[in-house]
Amino acid sequence: MSVATASNARYRGRKRQNVLMLFISCLAVAFGLFWLVWILGTLFYEGGAALLRAQLYLQTTPPPGDDGGLANAIAGSVVIVGTATLLGTPVGILAGTYLAEYGKKSWLASATRFLNDVLLSAPSIVIGLFVYTVYVARMKHFSGWAGAIALALIVVPVVVRTTDDMLKLVPNSLREAAIALGCPSWKMIVMVSYRAARTGIVTGVLLAVARISGETAPLLFTALNNQFWSLDLNRPMSNLPTVIFQFAMSPYADWHRLAWGGAALITLAVLGLNVIARVVFARKD
Amino acid sequence: MSAVLPISETATTDVEAARAPRHASWGDALFENLTRLFALLVFALLAAIVVSLVVGSELTLRKYGPSFLWSAQWDPVQENFGALVPIYGTLVTSAIALAIGVPVSFGIALFLTELSPVWLKRPLGTAIELLAAIPSIIYGMWGLFVFAPLFQAHVQPKLIDAFADIPGVGVLFAGPPLGIGMMSAGLILSIMVIPFIAAVMRDVFELVPPLLKESAYGLGATTWEVVWRVVLPYTKVGVVGGIMLGLGRALGETMAVTFVIGNAHQLAASLMAPGNSIASALANEFTEAVGDVYYSALIELGLLLFLITTIVLAVSKLLLLRLARHEGEKT
Repeated sequence: MSVATASNARYRGRKRQNVLMLFISCLAVAFGLFWLVWILGTLFYEGGAALLRAQLYLQTTPPPGDDGGLANAIAGSVVIVGTATLLGTPVGILAGTYLAEYGKKSWLASATRFLNDVLLSAPSIVIGLFVYTVYVARMKHFSGWAGAIALALIVVPVVVRTTDDMLKLVPNSLREAAIALGCPSWKMIVMVSYRAARTGIVTGVLLAVARISGETAPLLFTALNNQFWSLDLNRPMSNLPTVIFQFAMSPYADWHRLAWGGAALITLAVLGLNVIARVVFARKD
Repeated sequence: MSAVLPISETATTDVEAARAPRHASWGDALFENLTRLFALLVFALLAAIVVSLVVGSELTLRKYGPSFLWSAQWDPVQENFGALVPIYGTLVTSAIALAIGVPVSFGIALFLTELSPVWLKRPLGTAIELLAAIPSIIYGMWGLFVFAPLFQAHVQPKLIDAFADIPGVGVLFAGPPLGIGMMSAGLILSIMVIPFIAAVMRDVFELVPPLLKESAYGLGATTWEVVWRVVLPYTKVGVVGGIMLGLGRALGETMAVTFVIGNAHQLAASLMAPGNSIASALANEFTEAVGDVYYSALIELGLLLFLITTIVLAVSKLLLLRLARHEGEKT
């Protein structure tokens, strides 16, 4: 066998391996998209009909066998998520401001960044457990506040991270220009840095809201659930994720239908928030 | 800049105050300390989580000591608890998730960085990220109602037929096809970690200097050879960091696993058998737990989970940091 044909055979082998591997790579992409389409498809196939019925939004959660909706759960979710966002966002923005504007590369800032990442990836059920031991166990009752605090603890690290990242992107020349005009640095941060990084920070908050809207685990031991209409944050409060969990795990077909409706509703809200966040952020460029 | 200030004020005070009028520096100190306070709050929060979990699990920490880790007992009636079954279930499901998730993520990242036409990159990246945005309870519900029955009817019997008689491997596939169990939980977890790992891999692959890749192409390397022999070695630290990030997510995932793992406190070698993970044990039993020892045992499980995920995250951060520093030296 001559050198030429041997190297030709080797070359063909390499080509074949290349084509095969790239084909497998395309299969991997198809594999990922396949689940996305399948999950979303089932969700809207099963929950779509329930979504279109006005009852879903007008009636409260029924006992098994009765007709009803998810009005109390939807309202409870909105209240809990709203309170959590109001609690968590200022904390996150101020802490993020410290990291980007004052701490920068000091050891305190680096350590805070690391601990913030630990908090960011802490299992949400552990956050629920924490709020249970420090709040629910002391108060001796489950409450909407406990749920809101648990979710706020998930909002904080997300907002800290994005605020820090977005403020770091603000060009220093902007800051120097403000300082050169005699502006005190707190005013420079509020009037210049925040404005320049506004869309980024808002995106971070939106993504945090999207994240907590679907969180179930931290609400199981905090807000618990409530079969009735209640907006009192000091009492157990109904919320969509726990209702979906309870209804889906039950043996009743009509509860399953409502669970699918709730699941479709939550997914629409979460994906909607994600899309809005992307659009808001894209407008900046 | 001190030129704009009245001389009388700047002359008497120190350099710090010379920067701005007095009331403004007061505002500065206030704002800086306010933001620092909130940064310290992150510190305090994490410390509070660890302390409260340790205090909450004091009873079982004292009663069992380290033997809690390897005892397979879980008997609420006799009040005898051990964490081996949930720890085992958590590790097995996460291992299955990574075994499937890592190669698929690698394929997706390869496609996105080397093969995809430019117009497809953004929509495809967004679609994969949407997979990450779907709440985990949706995965769980879909897994229970849609995936598990199909898996039970069509996939599990074939797996059992094919593997159950092979010595060694057979143990993993023993038992009846139940649909729910550790394998279903691992499969669903793998779908959930793919977007996380793929996103990190794509980002680190894009860090590779084009010069390196072009050199390899210039020598006649194929795309696959460039990725396998140039891109991957260059980014391996970051890739491992991304995998650890996905692992952290898989270990702590609650809802998706709770729906499909079967929640059985039993130690089974077979992947088809129902089991339990730390997170799903907490989700199922915590609100129904009776008695101080039971509570304490569950809180200790939570503490263990928190420690495990924190260590995994710390390792992944260190690795990603090393890649970033490496990158900084090269350019």
